[in-house]
Amino acid sequence: MKARVLVRLKPEVSDPQGQAIGEALATLHYDAVRNVRVGKVFDLELDETDPERARRALERICAQVLAHPVVEEFDFEILEAPADRTDGAKP
Amino acid sequence: MKAGVVVFPGSNCDEDLIDALRRVMGWEVERLWHKATALPRELDLVALPGGFSYGDYLRAGAIARFSPLMSAVVEFARRGGAVLGVCNGFQILTEAGLLPGALLRNRSLRFLCRDVHLRVERPGTIFTDFEARRLRLPIAHGEGRYVIDREGLARLEGEGRVVLRYCDAAGELTETANPNGSMASIAGVVNAQGNVLGMMPHPERASEAELGGEDGKLIFGSLERALSGAAARR
Repeated sequence: MKARVLVRLKPEVSDPQGQAIGEALATLHYDAVRNVRVGKVFDLELDETDPERARRALERICAQVLAHPVVEEFDFEILEAPADRTDGAKP
Repeated sequence: MKAGVVVFPGSNCDEDLIDALRRVMGWEVERLWHKATALPRELDLVALPGGFSYGDYLRAGAIARFSPLMSAVVEFARRGGAVLGVCNGFQILTEAGLLPGALLRNRSLRFLCRDVHLRVERPGTIFTDFEARRLRLPIAHGEGRYVIDREGLARLEGEGRVVLRYCDAAGELTETANPNGSMASIAGVVNAQGNVLGMMPHPERASEAELGGEDGKLIFGSLERALSGAAARR
């Protein structure tokens, strides 16, 4: 089973990196961009078949390691189990 | 006086710290590899040096916190042992939950390597038992912007646990004197029990006149007066 975790700064924490990227986009005249915030994506492969157990494990993994509770928040999704690879499709 | 300096993969101020404590201060100093599972007996102080432990992967200090020796350091601190974290050591202490808050990318996004002026906001701790109310110490960090939630900040201020603040040469707290954008110009905080200090500036780099200053030595001298033989008493 695969899971994708998204960690981002809490809205009240200022993000100078996002601001710098926003300013660069403004320099390039992407005038429609109003704001940029930078986060992190973690793709995890889990030896787990039960989505509920996977969710409980992910909750702990995020709270304990991947996100810093003071300044970050997290979100995750269970991605589709990989398709059966006997059909010859590339993994 | 006996100190242990913890060395993580990626620590790079460990030798400076050991040299300052051993040669300048004349202490007995042990280098402690992070894979050890126990601290040596009768340590008066555990110090976590600056650097880039584990390459700052995930977040600065985030992986070092899970090093085997850190459990022993946390236990040592909980029993009242003195712990000093400098720069990356401060980041590790916040990640380990021994100090509140977090240290994020500098407001300027630049790595800052220069001297700063500091106000000693909380004299009389085991780290700051000296006359001076202003210090000049070097900083060298890319992620030193201290951030904490509103309640946490109120608690820190209310309990007088902000030990050091960035100021200008006249001792004023100004935006321009705040090098990294830290909340309330915070450069160093202590835990509620007063035995764990984290600070971004480097006292070990300013412990001899020929290195540009001796203000760092004030902190080590304070620890020596407060702690000599502490381990034996504990």
